[in-house]
Amino acid sequence: MSDVISGERAAALDADGAASKATLVAALTAALPHDIVLTDEESLRPFECDGLSAYRALPMIAVLPATVAQVQTVMRICHAHDTPVVARGAGTGLSGGALPLEKGVLLSLAKFNRIVDIDTDNLRATVQPGVRNLAISEAVDHLGLYYAPDPSSQIACSIGGNVAENSGGVHCLKYGLTTHNIVRLEIVTVEGERLTIGSDALDTPGYDLLALMTGSEGLLGVIVEIVVKLLPKPELARVALIAFDDLRAAGNAVADIIKAGIIPAGLEMLDSPAIVATEAFVHAGYPTDATAILLCEVDGTTAEVDEDMARVQAVAEASGATEIRVSRDDAERALFWAGRKAAFPAMGRISPDYYCMDGTIPRAALSDVLIGIAELSEHYGQRVANVFHAGDGNLHPLILYDANQPGELERTEAFGGAICELCLKHGGTITGEHGVGVEKIDQMCVQFPTAELQQFHAVKAAFDEKTLLNPGKAVPTLHRCAEFGAMHVHNGALPFPELERL
Amino acid sequence: MQTAIIESLRETTDGQEAERILRACTHCGFCTATCPTYQLTGDERDSPRGRIYLIKQTLEGAEPTARTQFHLDRCLTCRACETTCPSGVEYARLADIGRGLVDSQVERPPRERAIRWGLRHIVAHRRRFAFLVALGRAMSPLLVGRLAPLRDKIPPRRTSTGQDSHSTTAHPRRMLMLQGCVQPSAAPNTNAAARRVFDRLGISLIEAETAGCCGALHQHLSHRETAREQARRNIDAWWPYIADGAEALVMTASGCGAQVAEYGHLLRDDPAYADKAARVTELTHDVSDILAKQDLSGLGDIGTGRRVAYHPPCTLQNAPGLHDHVAAILAQAGFKLTHVGDAHLCCGSAGSYSILQPEMAGELRRHKLDNLESGTPDVIATANIGCQLHLEAATGVPVRHWIELLA
Repeated sequence: MSDVISGERAAALDADGAASKATLVAALTAALPHDIVLTDEESLRPFECDGLSAYRALPMIAVLPATVAQVQTVMRICHAHDTPVVARGAGTGLSGGALPLEKGVLLSLAKFNRIVDIDTDNLRATVQPGVRNLAISEAVDHLGLYYAPDPSSQIACSIGGNVAENSGGVHCLKYGLTTHNIVRLEIVTVEGERLTIGSDALDTPGYDLLALMTGSEGLLGVIVEIVVKLLPKPELARVALIAFDDLRAAGNAVADIIKAGIIPAGLEMLDSPAIVATEAFVHAGYPTDATAILLCEVDGTTAEVDEDMARVQAVAEASGATEIRVSRDDAERALFWAGRKAAFPAMGRISPDYYCMDGTIPRAALSDVLIGIAELSEHYGQRVANVFHAGDGNLHPLILYDANQPGELERTEAFGGAICELCLKHGGTITGEHGVGVEKIDQMCVQFPTAELQQFHAVKAAFDEKTLLNPGKAVPTLHRCAEFGAMHVHNGALPFPELERL
Repeated sequence: MQTAIIESLRETTDGQEAERILRACTHCGFCTATCPTYQLTGDERDSPRGRIYLIKQTLEGAEPTARTQFHLDRCLTCRACETTCPSGVEYARLADIGRGLVDSQVERPPRERAIRWGLRHIVAHRRRFAFLVALGRAMSPLLVGRLAPLRDKIPPRRTSTGQDSHSTTAHPRRMLMLQGCVQPSAAPNTNAAARRVFDRLGISLIEAETAGCCGALHQHLSHRETAREQARRNIDAWWPYIADGAEALVMTASGCGAQVAEYGHLLRDDPAYADKAARVTELTHDVSDILAKQDLSGLGDIGTGRRVAYHPPCTLQNAPGLHDHVAAILAQAGFKLTHVGDAHLCCGSAGSYSILQPEMAGELRRHKLDNLESGTPDVIATANIGCQLHLEAATGVPVRHWIELLA
């Protein structure tokens, strides 16, 4: 009997081992409602990319389950048919983590958009993975609570995606990344088994699998439920808008503020192109003639906020600030932040496309790296805008380009790679919070030596022996690195051989 | 976003406008957060970003089928996505172009065609609609079984509030008011109330008899040329009054207001009308926008603390050119405004949507009424005839145009 099945199965597999589309569609539609299995190109096209639209691939099939049982069914069928699965939340990711595979199934978790439970005794919320980040804070606002990590896309990005990418945000400087703000996950394994990782207690014995899952970019399991921590809203929060006419002075002010012993709730920087584009949409009152602005928020009790804010102002003045404005009320504070939160997409107003980098560096290197990026911008002949988490040293250079101009994307990618490597040179990393995805996969070869990459693959194999979960993302194959290294060293195979790479 | 619009379209005005709009989209997905249909279905194709993609592939030469049409039909055109979009994508204009293109390639089944024909040829005509309403009221007892849901669509008879235009004084300050197509028979009190309120402020509201439907119904049913004809007819009807010094065009139905505010754009390529249309757009204001600029202290404490749940129509929240001052005016007049959650989400009325997409419209209405009723209001106030009729068919709380509360 088993011979017959394996014989049939072998016939249904194409050259590289994946099941044929017809076989898989038949299996999926036999087990799931037909209207949640999308198979025609017309329906699949809208799923071909996430927030990084430069990379696109038409999935073979997309499935939109609404229950955990349906997710398990999809995983079992795909596992049996050796078909890779890419999970997708709100599709707002900026590193192509949810880029589909042409011979894979795209598993959308967008229908999982319910807040299951709010536990005010333990300050926890149990949520489905498709719940929007901001929807959690909105749901507990009347209780005086909030969920701290706040990526700029928080209005739309899903909490499941946040866990997969270990997302940060403005408030992570003080309150930590996603990994510091969740306690328990329910996942479905590649074989379709349901597992609980973590617990409602603060710590669990054994290896910290919760931390391992967080930021694993869909390579280890499919997240189907999350228990997040809720924090009491601080009594008061105020934000200072600090303007500079010199990039180096702004960079130094960041280090000076932290050095003074203040841990701001958020410390963000926008440079001139970012200020201008953002102001046109939000009208937050940003000074459009400034070279850079810092947004520095302090929170706590009224006394704490008053004291810290006075010190922030003193440090900023000493660092050469040309203007300091402190929010007078919550409405003004929200307005100051609104510009920052909308800054990325607002680039659509000054450029048809943008490519967002995510390198992270030690704070003290901020000025040098910003000036290095400006030099690279001139070298590659492409504009760049900087909007980023200055306090964390988490840069977001946005390279502006026009995808309709032949060659611009390739030049942009080369520029982006050079920025990543500039960050590494200054002791940083290639990604702070957006994940590696497909975007920075080659730079992983630069950051990690072979032995470490082999260990990453060993971890992956422990969860997913057949490499079916989001293959090709986050951790490069050694083969890929060998090719990239060859290109990198010899230069000859690069799209722009005339450009020197750092 | 990268685009590859086919050659034959790239030379047309529509093709060029579509290309410009698409290039502004960065595919960030912020729009999905405030899209009422995506929030219900969790299907990318029911989100603005997904629909933009469906339209994009049609513009790029892929042949659309009923699937694309289905998801474009499910869009409310509430434009919440536009208000959310940081990149300034003019979604509604793209949707109009996309729907036109898809409808020209995908034929609808006879039943759908008949309903759409009826909407454009009966509802959009004041007298024909009035006849239909009268007929509906007379036949109401016969609407049983499968026809029972139609009862929902028949507006209840309103008790006349007495005064009409003839009893108000003629003031030197004059403004034009759009009579519209549905409102006169479905909610005659609205314009009568506006007239009384303006009369107390020393402004006469006048109506041009030959002005009719604003054209929104045609526009949204992919008959953009008919919409332009309606716009020209209305401009012709209003122009003598505008030339004679009418200060503004007062819109008591924000759905119509949003359409009239677009006349400048609609007729921008018509040499005979472009200038007049641009002037009309400039003069178009929601009734609350006009009142907010007047001294309302004379109105006194009309509200006496009555609890009002205000439902701001999408056209007031999201359409460029209209501004919403209703909540502030009601509070000033002594009403107590209750808290209403998810105020940014559409109630499901959306012009002809509640007729064409009854299931989705019903679900959105349930959510909306849950939010509106949560503060135990004495009355629900809104600013658009469509929302008013749609909501009142499913709640025991009276639903009024807010101007009626001031009259």
